[in-house]
Amino acid sequence: MSRGGSNRGKPALEFPDVGDPTEPLLVVDDLHTSFRTSRGTVQAVDGVSLSVGRGKTLGVVGESGSGKTVLARSIMGLLPANDVIKSGTVHFAGHELTAMDDDHLRQVWGAELSMIFQDPMTALNPVKRIGRQITESLRLHLNVDRKEANATAVELLRSVGIPSPEERVRWYPFQLSGGMRQRVMIAIALACAPRLVMADEPTTGLDVTVQAQILDLLADLQRERHMAVILVTHDLGVVANRADDIVVMYAGRIVEQAPTHTLFNDTHMPYTRALMDSIPRLSDSSGTRLHAIAGRPPDLIHPPKGCRFAPRCPYAQDKCRQIEPPLRTAGSADHLFACWYPLVNGVSTGAPGTDLGAIVRVASAPSADQTTGPGSAGDATGDPAGGSAGDPDREITSP
Amino acid sequence: MPDDRELSNTRSSGRLLSDQVPGLAAVDELVVSRQSETLESDDILVRKPLGFLFWFAVGWISLVVILAIIANLLPLPNPDFQNYSAINAPPSVHHILGTDDLGRDLLSRLIFGARVSLIVGFVSVVIGMVVGGTLGLISGYKGGRLDVSLNAGSFVLLAFPAIVAVIAIVAFWGSSLWKITLILGVATIPLLYRVIRASSLSFANRDFVIAARTLGATSSRIVFREILPNVVPVAVTFGLITVAGVIVIEGSLAFLGLSVPLPTPSWGNIISEGSANGNLNTNPYIMLWPVLAMFLLLLSINLIGDRMRQRFDIREGLL
Repeated sequence: MSRGGSNRGKPALEFPDVGDPTEPLLVVDDLHTSFRTSRGTVQAVDGVSLSVGRGKTLGVVGESGSGKTVLARSIMGLLPANDVIKSGTVHFAGHELTAMDDDHLRQVWGAELSMIFQDPMTALNPVKRIGRQITESLRLHLNVDRKEANATAVELLRSVGIPSPEERVRWYPFQLSGGMRQRVMIAIALACAPRLVMADEPTTGLDVTVQAQILDLLADLQRERHMAVILVTHDLGVVANRADDIVVMYAGRIVEQAPTHTLFNDTHMPYTRALMDSIPRLSDSSGTRLHAIAGRPPDLIHPPKGCRFAPRCPYAQDKCRQIEPPLRTAGSADHLFACWYPLVNGVSTGAPGTDLGAIVRVASAPSADQTTGPGSAGDATGDPAGGSAGDPDREITSP
Repeated sequence: MPDDRELSNTRSSGRLLSDQVPGLAAVDELVVSRQSETLESDDILVRKPLGFLFWFAVGWISLVVILAIIANLLPLPNPDFQNYSAINAPPSVHHILGTDDLGRDLLSRLIFGARVSLIVGFVSVVIGMVVGGTLGLISGYKGGRLDVSLNAGSFVLLAFPAIVAVIAIVAFWGSSLWKITLILGVATIPLLYRVIRASSLSFANRDFVIAARTLGATSSRIVFREILPNVVPVAVTFGLITVAGVIVIEGSLAFLGLSVPLPTPSWGNIISEGSANGNLNTNPYIMLWPVLAMFLLLLSINLIGDRMRQRFDIREGLL
């Protein structure tokens, strides 16, 4: 299969098929994205650094307006050209996406890096047969003829669990249910066997039983094809069983980042804890009130001084409202958090009489290689303790 | 409270099913296939019949088009032949629609005249659609400076009364069938541009367009393969209405003596002759037939345009 040989005599990018397995597939370094609006500049993504290893799953979690979708689109390079200010770098398989022109990006998009959209109702072209929509990228990137592309499309539809795919390739999107459309979206995104799939809330538009099926399908396909997946969601339950590492975002920043197991068992950031608490539990007796995080996400045009979560944080102290906490480590190097008074065993260290220094070993300053985070660390050392320890928190039920 | 319990029961049983039944895929398949079957049958059900009026309209347009095409093969007298023994003859076996004040056969003139109206109407809209539509598609998708300047240009052109401009150009440049067609075609560009641009703009930021970008599609591919098929319904519907409008404008020009030069018949020319020299009093048939034919043609075109819009809307409604 010739890769990236996308015709028109453009210089093809060399993507080493094996690459350096110790190198993370995707490295995002100090990414900033802001939008100019009539009210002022919105800092939607504010200094995010992360990395994803080959074949790994990274969960990006945060509530609405935390900047996760903008982060996903910034990484893809999909933002509009007007009124957007970007800085920072994104490296994908050794190539700097942020420095690529459109011609080169087009060779990466679809073939190496693709995206599954939130709403399967709008992400398929309503007037084109689904078969056509799948074969287009095949023919574009892999230079296969129509017949071969059609056969591949049928196989892809079969692999995403669509019954009688030979017939369905000739259907239009409106003839399919929401779950089926999302399966078709997945088939389209995976058509050219990309190395990284960006799934931006892939199940938000679907009902709960279908959600689990779609996520399981994605996980199966990921295992088969050794793809890396970035799973963007507002639901910690969705990533609990599926992600290797989790990044929690709040107001455009990463506030906690750790291997899934560590994050659930040793939560440091009160915001992460609050997100977990807001997942309804089966063991709760009926009539239990649902937990909600009081207040609303901050205005990103005028973010609050100090810690951005402080106005909603039950443990906030004066220091939190004055000085912004850096992303730092404590204990294990792959667990980063941004909090002056992190939770330890569910108890805030900010409570009066607690000696902060005795509990948390503060890293001197958050340096770049720390912030590139769990993915690289995990790959370099084989596997971090928590990465494959399975069963991250049974209490958190998947949807 | 019982409500709450019931709710939590159903919720937990749903959870149990999805979490603990290993052969979920099979169940899923069943559910999926059943859903899709209903959807499929629904799709057939929701199509409304097009109705008698639609087929009448199609029939009338086809009749006019076919007669205009095969006019030379029909056993008709030459439309310019003046039969002085049958001046202002009423409809009869020899002259089915009668003759005019110069003894020319009105049926023959009507059929040959249809050629002018149809060519001017459809060809000029095709010209306008190719130029204006393409510009509109690109401008709506690309946005930015290109869009701003094209948009401003279209405003300027639209602000200028088209009929006055056309009359001025025809007066200076002269009038032949193809000149009239070209001028009217150019006159429709800003209008069609605006309509297509608006439609293109409404699709430019849809998820499926962004999805196509993430699959590596070039801009031209997105414009012509992703957006164009979605814009076609609007283009067809609005194009048909514009055809009707252009036919009227051609008629007005002819009435003013600025369309195809006499004695070539066009519906506008015949109407013009029918109102001249007191013909309206002595022989109203001269004017009646082309007015009736044009009225039915415009009605049919608008009706078809409207029905097509409704038909395309059903697809949108299902989404």
